[in-house]
Amino acid sequence: MAAKGSARPVMPRVALYLAAITVAFCSAAPFLWSVITAFKQNRDLYNPDNNPFLFNRPPTPDHIAYLFEKTAFGTYLWNTLWVGVLVVLITLVLGLPAAYALARLDRPWAGWFGIVIFLVYLVPPSLLFLSLSRIVVALGLQDSTWSLVVIYPTITIPVSIWLLIGFLKAVPRDIEEQAMVDGYSRLGAFWRAVVPLTFPGIVAVVVFAFTLTASEFIYALAFVSPSSEKVLSTGVPTELVRGDVFFWQSLQAATIIVALPLAFVFNLFLDRFIAGFTQGAVKG
Amino acid sequence: MAIVEVAGLVKEFDSGKVRAIDSVDLATKEGEYLVLLGPSGCGKTTLLRTIAGLEQPTSGQVLINDTVVTHLPPRARQIAMVFQSYALYPHKTVLGNIVFPLRAARVNPQERQRKAEWAAGLLGIEHLLARKPRQLSGGERQRVALARALVRDPQVFLLDEPLSNLDAKLRASARDELKRFQQEVGTTTIYVTHDQVEAMGLGDRIAVFSQGKVRQIGPPTEVYDDPADTFVATFIGSPPMNLVPDGEKLVGFRPEHLLPATVLNGDAMRIELAVQRLEYLSGDRHLYGTATGIGEPTRVISRLPATVTEPVEPGQTYDFAVNRDKVRYFDAASGLRTTS
Amino acid sequence: MKAKIADRDGALAWIFLMPSVVYILALVAVPFILAVGLAVSDVTAGDPSFNFVGGKNFEAAFSDPVFWRSLGNTFLFTSVSMVLIVILGKVVANILIADFKGKWFVRFLVLLPWTTPVTLGAISWLWLLDSIYSPIDWVLRQLGFLAPQGNGSNMYWLGEPGLAMLSVIAVHVWRLTPLAAVIMMAGLVAIPKDMDEAARIDGAGWWRRMFEVTIPMTLPVIAVAALFGAIFTFTDMAVVDVLTNGGPNNATQVLTSWAFFRGIDGGDIGQGAAVALFLFPLLMAAAIAILRAVRKLEVH
Repeated sequence: MAAKGSARPVMPRVALYLAAITVAFCSAAPFLWSVITAFKQNRDLYNPDNNPFLFNRPPTPDHIAYLFEKTAFGTYLWNTLWVGVLVVLITLVLGLPAAYALARLDRPWAGWFGIVIFLVYLVPPSLLFLSLSRIVVALGLQDSTWSLVVIYPTITIPVSIWLLIGFLKAVPRDIEEQAMVDGYSRLGAFWRAVVPLTFPGIVAVVVFAFTLTASEFIYALAFVSPSSEKVLSTGVPTELVRGDVFFWQSLQAATIIVALPLAFVFNLFLDRFIAGFTQGAVKG
Repeated sequence: MAIVEVAGLVKEFDSGKVRAIDSVDLATKEGEYLVLLGPSGCGKTTLLRTIAGLEQPTSGQVLINDTVVTHLPPRARQIAMVFQSYALYPHKTVLGNIVFPLRAARVNPQERQRKAEWAAGLLGIEHLLARKPRQLSGGERQRVALARALVRDPQVFLLDEPLSNLDAKLRASARDELKRFQQEVGTTTIYVTHDQVEAMGLGDRIAVFSQGKVRQIGPPTEVYDDPADTFVATFIGSPPMNLVPDGEKLVGFRPEHLLPATVLNGDAMRIELAVQRLEYLSGDRHLYGTATGIGEPTRVISRLPATVTEPVEPGQTYDFAVNRDKVRYFDAASGLRTTS
Repeated sequence: MKAKIADRDGALAWIFLMPSVVYILALVAVPFILAVGLAVSDVTAGDPSFNFVGGKNFEAAFSDPVFWRSLGNTFLFTSVSMVLIVILGKVVANILIADFKGKWFVRFLVLLPWTTPVTLGAISWLWLLDSIYSPIDWVLRQLGFLAPQGNGSNMYWLGEPGLAMLSVIAVHVWRLTPLAAVIMMAGLVAIPKDMDEAARIDGAGWWRRMFEVTIPMTLPVIAVAALFGAIFTFTDMAVVDVLTNGGPNNATQVLTSWAFFRGIDGGDIGQGAAVALFLFPLLMAAAIAILRAVRKLEVH
């Protein structure tokens, strides 16, 4: 009885570690396979008798070099990056004030307005892409990466507003009222006192919005067809597959090169993201 | 000249369902320390926030320095406010906090620095200027908040329960410091609290609030000795004033005036006190018992100072009395003061 | 000094909201109405002139057996995926909320499927499920479940209708479970600690606390996670597009991919829009369910 507080029961700990390892393995398995594949020589890879989990011939970096030297992978990477950055910027410039209006300006309609905005997030690209492609043509942006810069905020703004409401509500009211008493307008208080305090939450939203943007597929496929204008999510599967010839090692290398940094950055801000998610929903 | 004046002020919430402020008229005198005292939810903080411009009144006017400011934003009112939480900007240093209002007023950097150092010097926090708020103790935070309020050169300081976040030990010294600070600076101050000890200790005048109304306004002695109604009588004083029903009236007297008949001379009202319980508190004796002989038998409290050494035992009945000039009468129906 | 617009909450609220509202109206509401218009028109890629044709596109779509096959597949995908996503998401959330060494790394690995662009994740699976070189097949061969070489020595994960369906569902679940887990972690974090401790003091064991405190308290969040999962599955076509392109023989065709196939690849924009629009009432139902779940959350 005396030791109950200090010595934790062993069995549940073992079960927890086993469960954690299982879950981690199931999530990462395809990527582990990708890592092995990416460094394999063709003669090793395309021999069904070889143990596929081992390097039967020495590993080679050739396929990664091919990815950067012979394909437009670098262009896709760059396109995804700048589209993501611009979309995130547009999202913040439009979404942050809107979230503040709904979280703090005490309008009686803020509650249902917030719900409507949340519902917009649920209108799927699959419903809109046909008519949006007409709008993209009308804007003269067909086959241009810029069309994605214009369209993607419709996905990221609603969900970002929803998350930002949560972060803004967590800022003590006192702080902005203090700023107003200290001689700032409501706008000044928002900009100089509230935004700096919401900064960690804003970063979490940036990461989330960027992830959504990088992942988007339907619009990218529907609006942009020239290779040089494509982004990762459409460029990699279409350009590294020639007819039915797959450049498997390079494809897997591309996946790993994109996947690891995104998951790493997302994990850094996971706790903040969770906090925003709860507050946006619970503290109505 | 009144520095701050409110006239016919009404503030409703939830489209009229709740009346937080119910036609309040109030004016401060120049350099005065006015304390708004009342239980939580009585509207005193709402009144302060309305004066600051953080709330818009439903009707009525707010005047600062004889100018109507009812519809001006807070920044245009020449006020400084210290919140209950002190609301220090956590991402700024102490210096950054203090100069923040000066940056709003577009004061040039040299002048900013000079004023911040002057305010920090006055409050003895020069050594803290480079720190962040989370590295400060509760008392230091209060001083930073005061310094930040000070640099604005405000017409009036508005303080919202600034001591309630401090622990009990610190509170006494922080209160002392607040008083000294105001005496040095001499600026009109409106101070909101629910703590009567703070109110009595700090206030030049006390405005007692209840249910959105000012029940009484006056110097501490007046509010204590001559309460305007039964609310003020029982809210102020610890233990509160005894109220004994007697027909249409309530007979009121403070516990420290209910003394053994033998120690009183002069014209006294005699009361039989059946003592049930006795407590020793800081040298005083508090007697809990039933008073008879002046109306309906009622539970009352008597506070015997250490100088009264008469032996008192629970379970016994004694002859007690109250000096007639210490007795106050109230109307049983309205609760308001009446004459005898 | 007078009050400016920057001081007035009411005006400011509108100014702050307007850009977002205009943006969303212009690029969500307008295209939505346009989608309705396209669905009742004869617009094709070759002939973009608008002629009203009434319900003809719907009739054409409904008379195509592939449409009904896609609809059935969509429901099957969505319902099976959703159930699995919720259960697994809950399990993963409970693991990730616990304290253990190496938690950061486990979280990192668990997040991978969700943060990786969906097409790239699907490509990983495409290779994992390759018809000849799948390492799963190799393991099965080593264990003697498959013939050593030649005919019948491969599973054809994406070539057999039943297996293809299974594979697509597995990839969806794999991809969306992390998101569901993150949402549910948010719910778990929000449970007041003392609630769990009170139940502990009352002598409730782990399972009892799970089913009588944790799950009821997080039910609204679980509902949100379920509907996120449902909507992402319902509207996604990337996994299908990369893995099977709807095949074999439309066995994995879903409404979204069918709409894309008809509207963009096939050039019959009117019919594509009609198929896509058919999604909407179903989605509205899901949205209303979400609305209710969120309401419940706010009551908390």
